[in-house]
Amino acid sequence: MTQIAIEFNNVSKRFNHAKYNAVDDVSLNIKEGEFITILGSSGSGKTTLLKMINKLYEPSHGIIKLFDEDISTVDSVILRRRIGYVIQHVGLFPHMTIAQNVASVPKLLNWDKQTINIRVMELLKLVGLNPVEFMDRYPSQLSGGQQQRVGLARALAVDPKIMLLDEPLGAVDAITRLNLQDELLRIHGGLQKTFLLVTHDINEAFKLGNRVVIMNNGRVSQFDTPRNIVASPADNFVNSLIESSRSQEKFWEGLR
Amino acid sequence: MIEYALEYPDKLYFPLLEHIQMLFITLILSLILASILTIITIYSESLSKTFVYIFSVIYSIPSLAIFALLIPLTGLGKTTAIIVLVLYNQYLLLRNITEGLKEVDPAVTEAAIGIGMNKIQLLFKIKIPLSKKAIFTGVRLAVVSTIGIATIAAFINAGGLGSILNDGLRTVNTVKILWGSILAAGLAIGSNAILSKWEQRL
Ligand SMILES: Nc1ncnc2c1ncn2[C@@H]1O[C@H](COP(=O)(O)OP(=O)(O)OP(=O)(O)O)[C@@H](O)[C@H]1O
Ligand SMILES: [Mg+2]
Repeated sequence: MTQIAIEFNNVSKRFNHAKYNAVDDVSLNIKEGEFITILGSSGSGKTTLLKMINKLYEPSHGIIKLFDEDISTVDSVILRRRIGYVIQHVGLFPHMTIAQNVASVPKLLNWDKQTINIRVMELLKLVGLNPVEFMDRYPSQLSGGQQQRVGLARALAVDPKIMLLDEPLGAVDAITRLNLQDELLRIHGGLQKTFLLVTHDINEAFKLGNRVVIMNNGRVSQFDTPRNIVASPADNFVNSLIESSRSQEKFWEGLR
Repeated sequence: MIEYALEYPDKLYFPLLEHIQMLFITLILSLILASILTIITIYSESLSKTFVYIFSVIYSIPSLAIFALLIPLTGLGKTTAIIVLVLYNQYLLLRNITEGLKEVDPAVTEAAIGIGMNKIQLLFKIKIPLSKKAIFTGVRLAVVSTIGIATIAAFINAGGLGSILNDGLRTVNTVKILWGSILAAGLAIGSNAILSKWEQRL
């Protein structure tokens, strides 16, 4: 029997002085081991939804549970150390080497040096970076895509059961992106973690997610498998998303 | 002039040492107080503004006036001088520290909080290392300002280089006035130059 890893119960978030809810009455059940992608246009509330899971934002309404535990009763710092988080703007620590960046959570948890070193090597290899080459470099000496890999390694460091990934592949070219998508699937499949990945890209969302959350103006338009979404779009917004992707395909066909 | 220095070396040497001693004590106490205030402010944004505001008001009061106000409480001498100097420095230090901390890339701060750093860890592991330049600028300004204002403290019997100037002015002794000015200005300009060099290398 699979457990529910993440549960949203009528969750809304309204920021101070805002006229409407950034996230509006969202209820979701996400099972352990699922790879969920969150798709939606800019400003639809994807980041806000994610940040409520690790308590960077407090819901104005509703309850969020992780493995059946109401997170409002859990200390935020302790909660965050149990959740891997890749932020939208990478946010590597510029004054620390790549190895130190990746080691930051294990250090917070007071792992011993030896264990940390071994883990850092392992992680850099896992995200496709040669440890010997990159370990002692600083973030500014890496390309955007390499930085995102380091961000991913840092989030994976203590083997969290839940990973939140906010556009983790935003800064990479199309080819690297495809490679990294495959790597993400491999990391997920090999580790049986629950992944929540935000993206703007419908192809990415449908390729990576075993189920996809489609968001529009703070609401969840549809939450289903890619196959079901394509077969029966829930509303006009979902329909237009699929249409726009189809028309792009036609455009490519036309160039042949 | 040179003869004076050769004949009474301790009349210059002693006030200079006294001045440097006052500078170090002031600096250490200023940094301790500023650190405590900074740690308090990470728990409240508005408190940090309040502190900077309060100390900017104190900073704007002429030094002789504060010295005079404090004499009934703490008497004449070094203690009063050092209290005033420490208070003045809080403005220079806190303003630069808060500015520096505020300028840290929000993405970096968010990542740090997101991976589970608490407020103290965020301050010491991320924010301070990333704003050390601004903080150091504050320290340099505090050093230069302390050297200058400490000269005035001779009026309340705090000693230091100001006492050479005081004596010189009282007895209309040009040599003393010159020596007092040269040493005070030299110490300020010299420290500023050395600290600026250091600052650039951060
Ligand atoms: N800290 C904040 N304070 C006030 N309003 C906010 C804040 N963060 C987000 N918002 C607002 O909430 C809404 C949803 O923002 P959110 O960042 O969740 O969108 P998003 O779907 O992640 O967009 P993008 O794809 O551009 O990253 C937007 O209207 C945004 O302006
Ligand atoms: Mg976003």
